[in-house]
Amino acid sequence: MAVVLILVILAVGSVVFHLFSPWWWTPIASNWNYIDNTIIITFWITGFVFVAVVLFVAYCVFRFRHRPGNRAAYEPENKKLEVWLASVTSIGVAAMLTPGLFVWHQFVTVPPGTTEVEVVGQQWLWSFRLPGANAKLGTSEIRAIGDGNALGVNPNDPNGLDDLIIEGGELHLPLGKPVKMLLRSVDVLHDFYVPEFRAKMDMVPGMVTYFWFTPTRTGTFEILCAELCGTGHPQMRGTVVVDEEADYQAWLEQQQTFTQLLAASEDQTKIASSTSSSK
Amino acid sequence: MVDIRSGAGETIPLAEVEDVELYHPKSWWTKYVFSQDAKIIAIQYSTTAIAIGMVALVLSWLMRLQLGFPGYFDFIDADHYYQFITMHGMIMVIYLLTALFLGGFGNYLIPLMVGARDMVFPYANMLSYWIYLLAVLVLVAGFFVPGGPTGAGWTLYPPQSILSGTPGGKDWGILLMLSSLILFIIGFTMGGLNYVVTVLQGRARGMTLMRMPLTIWGIFTATIMALLAFPALFVAAVMMLFDRLLGTSFFMPAIVEMGEQLKQGGGSPILFQHLFWFFGHPEVYIVALPAFGIVSDLISTHARKNIFGYRMMVWAIVIIAALSFIVWAHHMYVSGMNPQFGFFFATTTLIIAVPTAIKVYNWVLTLWRGDIHLSLPMLFALAFIVTFVNGGLTGLFLGNVVVDVPLSDTMFVVAHFHMVMGVAPILVIFGAIYHWYPKVTGRMLNEAMGQIHFWVTFLGAYAIFFPMHYLGLLGIPRRYHDLGDATFVPDSAHTLNAFISVMALTVGAAQLLFLFNLVWSIWKGRDAGGNPWRATTLEWQTPQTPPAHGNWGKELPVVYRWAYDYSVPGAAEDFIPQNHPGLGVPTRETGS
Repeated sequence: MAVVLILVILAVGSVVFHLFSPWWWTPIASNWNYIDNTIIITFWITGFVFVAVVLFVAYCVFRFRHRPGNRAAYEPENKKLEVWLASVTSIGVAAMLTPGLFVWHQFVTVPPGTTEVEVVGQQWLWSFRLPGANAKLGTSEIRAIGDGNALGVNPNDPNGLDDLIIEGGELHLPLGKPVKMLLRSVDVLHDFYVPEFRAKMDMVPGMVTYFWFTPTRTGTFEILCAELCGTGHPQMRGTVVVDEEADYQAWLEQQQTFTQLLAASEDQTKIASSTSSSK
Repeated sequence: MVDIRSGAGETIPLAEVEDVELYHPKSWWTKYVFSQDAKIIAIQYSTTAIAIGMVALVLSWLMRLQLGFPGYFDFIDADHYYQFITMHGMIMVIYLLTALFLGGFGNYLIPLMVGARDMVFPYANMLSYWIYLLAVLVLVAGFFVPGGPTGAGWTLYPPQSILSGTPGGKDWGILLMLSSLILFIIGFTMGGLNYVVTVLQGRARGMTLMRMPLTIWGIFTATIMALLAFPALFVAAVMMLFDRLLGTSFFMPAIVEMGEQLKQGGGSPILFQHLFWFFGHPEVYIVALPAFGIVSDLISTHARKNIFGYRMMVWAIVIIAALSFIVWAHHMYVSGMNPQFGFFFATTTLIIAVPTAIKVYNWVLTLWRGDIHLSLPMLFALAFIVTFVNGGLTGLFLGNVVVDVPLSDTMFVVAHFHMVMGVAPILVIFGAIYHWYPKVTGRMLNEAMGQIHFWVTFLGAYAIFFPMHYLGLLGIPRRYHDLGDATFVPDSAHTLNAFISVMALTVGAAQLLFLFNLVWSIWKGRDAGGNPWRATTLEWQTPQTPPAHGNWGKELPVVYRWAYDYSVPGAAEDFIPQNHPGLGVPTRETGS
């Protein structure tokens, strides 16, 4: 009897926990509420199945537990029941998969007119690159990484010279404008993850990955790394700020271009070499 | 329609192959240490697996101490934490679960349940164990070398696994891990070929494939899968060793490591992930299918009722095995692979839910109108159903590509896979040990200790992993040694983490009681007799308990019926063993 009671408490308790748990997703800050909706559908279907199966087991234990003189029924197969159960299951699975694939199609289809922003991961720091006046990002090349060029922007590509570069600082994004995050890593795997945006994607050295989203509310959000990248993995944090358009433009003007960074680095080298020669 | 019950009218063919000549041990060493008897090898495999499993248990305590009470334990720094999770994961998946289900249960049960005298290649079977032991020793050596074991996570993703930012990346750790895996696969292949050939060639007369107990179907299918899946891990391990030792670039693109340009270039980190998960996903079912098979037999025996829908159960095992080879990239939805793959892999992944659900229905329908004895094996089987259904259903979240995006790499994933391939199969292992221990030792395990062990383990494990899903839903990433200050995480989440850690310590402690019971009952356990559960399958019909070398005495058994003749109408007892002609209708051909 204890078994029956505990199984019932477990099934009901799980539902109660789900309904009243203080641990739930963060308030969304992107257009991906479709993802949240798909999760809700999945919770309903799977929750129903879980409770039904556990309660059925509890009932069987209650009703058919061993008592002296009992004898089990003998029923090897029941084709009708098996086909019926398989069909209902297939329908339930389709009810979850269909909206899932529909939303996935949206997730991987970048709408036209989306601005590109590059995120570069390295152990254990986030850097960013935004297109400059010509609205185009220049190409990049790991072998170009060196003094004044921590992100490996191709110095021979004119498109890259006016790119804005933010090493280890905050990233700002304008509210309500779709943005395509181009993701790159210079060393190991990382993963650009902001819980409030719902989206995430690995950053893989040797290739450029992406996802897109539209920020839907202003605020400051924490960037976490979601792919194990060595000892400093949990400390690899960054900040993304979603701004109103005017604030965004003001922030944009304070950022340095690739050309400025290169020049500053050359000046420093000159100073360093002149001080060392004067010794 | 074929009558699957008793094979009425089917005649038993004459023995065409002569009885095998077994190698008879000549000394204590060849009888108990370098033994070629599958039953001894099974015990060797099991004790080694449980011993290394205890290491993994202690590691889980240490990591839960850190997660529950960050900052209190100075000796668990980030490096150590990552080493603990890596070794815990690898030990549990490969060196405990795979080795125990296939090397342990496979060796003990296959010859006995199909009515063979032993495995068909006893010498290779012996080698299999000793190579496995060597693999375990190489793995454990990681704890004692400079730099310690690898801390790359059990998935060992390059490039970080072979770079200096990861513990053991540039030291011995990763080398020992890869070498150990290579050894394990070599050893497993010797055993695995044995299991497959013994099932195909070593069955007793009358034991048709469709009369085999589902335990054998599960282990047999899982072994075939392992023989096909492990080679992918083998080549991945060899290639990574080359990248690390010889400077090749299979998995290494041009990168800058801590400000320094590396010489390697042109390789693909994602190639490793494809190879790893081409092994790694089937691996989930390599662990799950034997559990499915065993739990079917536990439920049927202890509910005194035939398994419901036997043929559907067999086909479900085979279909799941086949499908599991085309779902691997659902572990890689956010890996940066071509996003179009998501459509294909989400579809195949969710299709697997159908045969899996059928198995669950058939387990619970076996309980329906049964005569349920709430013995320890039955309790563990019921707990398996609850945890497996829970873990399987959360798989529908993670398999459905777009739902996986916010959840992947969070604690939701950790909770899911622990529930479905940690807790659920381990509950079956416990149930199976309580069930077959009387055959192995001739004595019953202590019931009172078993009850405590069961309730603490089942409810404790559920209390650990069920709430953990909600930490993932909240957005807490996995593999964080210290969450630090994260603005989106409420203080209550830390309280929950502490609660989970306390439960983890408690459940771990209950396993010590179980180990004590295992040892204590060898001498003090109640005498079991040959067939304490009144079961139908052949291993309970041996002339001696524990079975002697060669299993069957002078004559091999002859099989007349399927494994599930419980409560047959008209029969005097509520079970008819497989080797009984039964109901007074002899079908044995008396040609000899």
